[in-house]
Amino acid sequence: MTRAPDIGFAQVGAALGLVAVAVLVSLWQRMRLENDIAVAVARSFVQLTAVGFVIQLVFEQDELGLVVALIAGMAVFGAFTARRRAASVPGAFWPLLVALTLAGTATLVLLVALGVFSTAPRYLVPLGGMVVGNSMTAAAVALSRLGDEVTGSWREIEATLALGATAGQAIRPIVRRSLRSGVIPLIDSTKTTGVIFFPGTMVGLLLAGAAPLEAVRLQLIILYMLLGSVAISSVTAVILAQRNFFTPAHQLRDVATPTAA
Amino acid sequence: MGSAAATGGATAGPSMLFELKRVRASRGGVEVLHDVSLALPEGATCVAGRSGSGKSTLLRLLNRLAEPDSGRVAYRGRGLDSLDVLALRREVALVPQLPALLPGAVADNVRFGPGLVGRDVDVGALLDLAGLPAAFADRDADRLSTGEQQRVMLARALALEPRVLLLDEPTSALDERTRDHVEETLKELRLRLRLSLVLVTHDFAQAERLAERVVRLEDGRATSPGLDPEPTSASRPSTVR
Repeated sequence: MTRAPDIGFAQVGAALGLVAVAVLVSLWQRMRLENDIAVAVARSFVQLTAVGFVIQLVFEQDELGLVVALIAGMAVFGAFTARRRAASVPGAFWPLLVALTLAGTATLVLLVALGVFSTAPRYLVPLGGMVVGNSMTAAAVALSRLGDEVTGSWREIEATLALGATAGQAIRPIVRRSLRSGVIPLIDSTKTTGVIFFPGTMVGLLLAGAAPLEAVRLQLIILYMLLGSVAISSVTAVILAQRNFFTPAHQLRDVATPTAA
Repeated sequence: MGSAAATGGATAGPSMLFELKRVRASRGGVEVLHDVSLALPEGATCVAGRSGSGKSTLLRLLNRLAEPDSGRVAYRGRGLDSLDVLALRREVALVPQLPALLPGAVADNVRFGPGLVGRDVDVGALLDLAGLPAAFADRDADRLSTGEQQRVMLARALALEPRVLLLDEPTSALDERTRDHVEETLKELRLRLRLSLVLVTHDFAQAERLAERVVRLEDGRATSPGLDPEPTSASRPSTVR
């Protein structure tokens, strides 16, 4: 195994040359994205550097409590972020928070219980970040689809309720489609991994000098872990959030119906 | 045209289907029914009013698809909130405005409601009741004309074996000829199955043709003068048969 390359701020600064290319393209094509590119570069630098210090602190302390607190913070921030993408779903924050917490806890506990990883912070922190991040994206897509479909299909839902269906029965086809839309992107990327693109973990390990087959094995574990976690987060978020569209008397709330009298 | 709508102070007798007392209801945060008191007896009653007058909201209150902000809605003398809401919706079946068919075959739509309580139905017979050939059972619900969809929705509601049919603008999307056919079907159903009908329409002539009593709604207020047994022409035997 070769040694991981030494990366200093000089090398990071050199990489800004490619950002300059993006800015030049924006200017040339009058895309007016120069400011956005500048903000993205500045934010990524500040945010990742800050996270780097936090992670370094957590690694040095080697306290499981700190790891749990860090991952819980990610889940809260993730739920806030995903809530904005699921704006058409009333009260989406709590279903998202429960979904991310459950997905993160179940996945990490299972991996530790099966002996795949130890409870050392250097494993749990990056794994937790990946689980929460991917779970957030999947749950947000699923809830966004749920909200759009309920709003667009309110006549069909009410017609079904009028036939004596419960709220759960009336929304079941929409729930099914929403769950599929949350999980399918990761399934598709898992299908094409190694053929169309190299996933991040594997790239990181190869750059750090790991043997290719070792990198592949770890990447496979990560992919399978993420499939499980996005399934858990999508199904939890959708099942909890769908209730918010209905009253206990199986009525579609006003939020999903138009104002026609 | 006569009016049999009851306003304020009417009491529910044995033949009273629905009673609304000082009902206020909103849709989209806007109050659309203002202090409405009505009594709707068994038989065929039409709620007539212009678009936006609160007709559809009133109809949705009757099988508890919507909840009043205040006031009381009763069915056969009992407050709706004291009844099993799912059983109520099977007994008081709503035929909504188009489009509201479920994806799949016509037969799937007709069987849906009874299937929820583990009951099977004779799809062909129900389609026949609604004025469609039994061969329509296998048709794709997405490929029906508007008039055919309307009849499938009628068959789907009849599959519940309801005692009351709530009809929300049942012919608004139909041409004159199809409208006449649907109206004839409704009259026949009323006689053959002894169903009570509560029909919402903006078409006052249709109210005259189909209903024995008419409730007029204007800007969310019932403007009918009170309980009045004077029949519309539709309640006279010659027009029903």
